[in-house]
Amino acid sequence: MTESQASRISYTLPSSLESVDRVEQIAEELAKKAGIDEDEIYRVTMAVREAAVNAVLHGNSYDPEKSVTATFENTGNALVIRITDQGKGLDPDTLPDPLAPENLLRGSGRGIFLIRSFMDEVHFRQLHPGTELTLIKNLGTAQTGS
Amino acid sequence: MSMKVSTRQVDGITILDLSGRITLGEGSVQLRDSVRDLLSKGSKHILLNLGDVNYIDSSGIGELVSAYTTVRNQGGELKLLNLTKKVHDLLQITKLYTVFDIKDDEASAIAAFKS
Repeated sequence: MTESQASRISYTLPSSLESVDRVEQIAEELAKKAGIDEDEIYRVTMAVREAAVNAVLHGNSYDPEKSVTATFENTGNALVIRITDQGKGLDPDTLPDPLAPENLLRGSGRGIFLIRSFMDEVHFRQLHPGTELTLIKNLGTAQTGS
Repeated sequence: MSMKVSTRQVDGITILDLSGRITLGEGSVQLRDSVRDLLSKGSKHILLNLGDVNYIDSSGIGELVSAYTTVRNQGGELKLLNLTKKVHDLLQITKLYTVFDIKDDEASAIAAFKS
């Protein structure tokens, strides 16, 4: 399902790995169209992929009854991507620090860290149920490709 | 989109030449299965050649870490070879660059394994 409103496009997708790949692909197209350089395209794309993985895997636990909503917008000043799940919610303050020595060799727990590293702003909103992640890349700070 | 794995032996070291993406799902599972398979056959000196790996997500990073600890816990050694800039940068920001033994030359990587 697609809803277009000016430059904002919203997709409602099933809780699957295919949806993660689709969201990643759309994010890449959005970033390329914005004219930012390749490194920034990579960072935006990976951050959005991680957010989608989070929603599908940790939020909705692959539940076929639950969906993920992904909204993409280029405001002119920034790329704004919102990923929403219908899971039990996520408190970012309770996540272990993946850079702490005791966590370095953990096999998971780096997704949110990478999102925060690669985007200019990351906001969490609890929806009861569900979590909305808003990822923002300021176009003023992102280097342009040409 | 997916990852390819090929295996070769050089001086008693098993080299896994990986290409493509190590991401949640197929790529991560392939890496896990490949390393487990080698360990079950007694191959404990493993060199992961990441020269043609153009993309790793957090799941793939986790899988590299798990492979490293699994091999080490069984008395073996796992090293990384030929990181692309993107993978190098990822390991830098996750502070894993100092955890892994990373080489950029196959011959010296082979020589660095203890017999």
